[in-house]
Amino acid sequence: MRKMCLDMVYELAKRDRRIVFIGSDLGAGTLNPFKAEMPERFFMEGVSEANVVGMAAGMAMEGKIVYVNTIATFLTRRCFEQVALDLCLHNVNVRLIGNGGGVVYAPLGPTHEAIEDIAIFRALPRMTILAVADAEEMRRMMPQTVERPGPIYIRLGKGDEPVVTRDVPFEIGRAYVMREGSDALIVSTGVVLKAALDAAEALAAEGLQAAVLHVPTVKPFDTARFLELARAVPVIVSVEEHSILGGLGGTVAEILAETDFDSPKRFRRIGLPDAFPDQYGSQASLLKRYGVTAEKIVSTVRALAAT
Amino acid sequence: MNRSPTVLRSPPVNTTPLDARSRHLRRQIVRALEKGGRGHVGSAFSLVEMLRVLYDEVLRYDPKNPRWPERDRFILSKGHGCLALYVLLAEKGFFPEEELWKFCKADGILGGHPEAGKIPGVEASTGSLGHGLPIGVGMALAARMDGARHRVFVVVSDGESNEGSLWEAALCAAKHRLSNLTVLVDYNKQQSYSTTYEVLDLEPFAEKWRAFGFAVEEVDGHSVSALRAVLARVPFDPNKPSAIICHTIKGKGVSFVENNLSWHHKNKVTPEEIRSLLAALED
Repeated sequence: MRKMCLDMVYELAKRDRRIVFIGSDLGAGTLNPFKAEMPERFFMEGVSEANVVGMAAGMAMEGKIVYVNTIATFLTRRCFEQVALDLCLHNVNVRLIGNGGGVVYAPLGPTHEAIEDIAIFRALPRMTILAVADAEEMRRMMPQTVERPGPIYIRLGKGDEPVVTRDVPFEIGRAYVMREGSDALIVSTGVVLKAALDAAEALAAEGLQAAVLHVPTVKPFDTARFLELARAVPVIVSVEEHSILGGLGGTVAEILAETDFDSPKRFRRIGLPDAFPDQYGSQASLLKRYGVTAEKIVSTVRALAAT
Repeated sequence: MNRSPTVLRSPPVNTTPLDARSRHLRRQIVRALEKGGRGHVGSAFSLVEMLRVLYDEVLRYDPKNPRWPERDRFILSKGHGCLALYVLLAEKGFFPEEELWKFCKADGILGGHPEAGKIPGVEASTGSLGHGLPIGVGMALAARMDGARHRVFVVVSDGESNEGSLWEAALCAAKHRLSNLTVLVDYNKQQSYSTTYEVLDLEPFAEKWRAFGFAVEEVDGHSVSALRAVLARVPFDPNKPSAIICHTIKGKGVSFVENNLSWHHKNKVTPEEIRSLLAALED
């Protein structure tokens, strides 16, 4: 997914002279073709995220469309004020590409695990937040980021995720119904769509029909589509590789709490706990430890459906 | 070395007399302050001559077309000094003078910190320190990419020079040899709490900018002729960004405001204080 994202930046830049790339201190060889063919629009500016975001804003104020890439925690935590003021307040066309959304960097520990990136960026006016499920969806999504006005955060998964999305046109702000079902609704964002689909499959084998709504745009959230599905089911579960505070689950909870339904709803958030991950290991082992898995979705939906 | 920290621990005596125009601009600041009931007075007085020379003689701009592509870009990174900027922008015709009398009012465009998009002629919203120079670096790089000839000027404060982001941007500006970028430092040696020496010493300050790759000049920041002369020579080096350390006095022009930290920011100004300020600035 990361490779596809950067490959697309290169492809888009070849066609659009407004596009600029800024990295901090990325791996050797990153985007070598971009650097070789368009050196005047390729920048590698060092471990200085505050300056990188500020200079990206300055370029965007002059009409550039700037793609910035580094590790997600450094783009979201380190320079939060630059993102808030330089990007959001000025409403400039800067795209922040965050490597390792969630617990991708499990072996590297809490400094590198982006567990609240969606929550803190969601609170910023004008910010668009994108978390696609696989590389093919990334391929369809990236061209849509060129003309979209205002700042965008693009949350990257680990890479080599199985392709689970369908080849339908990508629209920023749209949620996609991946599966129909009248017993429950599973809402997911990013790469955990695979777990949501697997869970729906397992639930179907038990006789429970769960709809799956994939939300690649966490902000602005597709409230209309979500409510359309939510109205039709008694059970709703959100799933994300992110803290249960303030992310997709928080979004869904806020909407559910303020909607007057004709029938009662039972709702649970599945995600990372309000804690810094306390183990190393792998992304998969941490997700299992914290129950961000198909099994946990199945057991949660099953329990809610039985009450 | 005649500029060791020891020498500078007492602010340099700056006895440059203010001419009629400098006093007029300060009176305008005081009138806006009176209407708003609050403001960073000392910080604005410190800036008047720097901004006056920039807007009178250096910057290229068109107040009737504030987004004119060939304009020079100016960023007041020390946004709290905005009263001085507002007075000059009004005088130059970016907006009607009446706006000055709505300073900090709900129906005005001029807030306690300047906002781009609201105020014609303001390129970037500032107020939180350490943001203007990175943005200016981006603008200067964009100008280079576009083969454009306009220049970028950023005014930063000494207290602002505590911020790491400013020095990140300084490294970046030097790396790219941004000769189209000029930083003016308002070095009045006072920040909110106390002197810069006590809070977080910047000395040797000019040497720091040199070490970061800038071509540096120091100037009496209240001398119109000195500022005019030094600004006429930017860039000082065709392969470096320029930094001008402007030695100033916080509150310059009114004896009871000069170097008086209670005048860094006033959130309440009495009619007596306004009368005293205006009297001190009489022609």
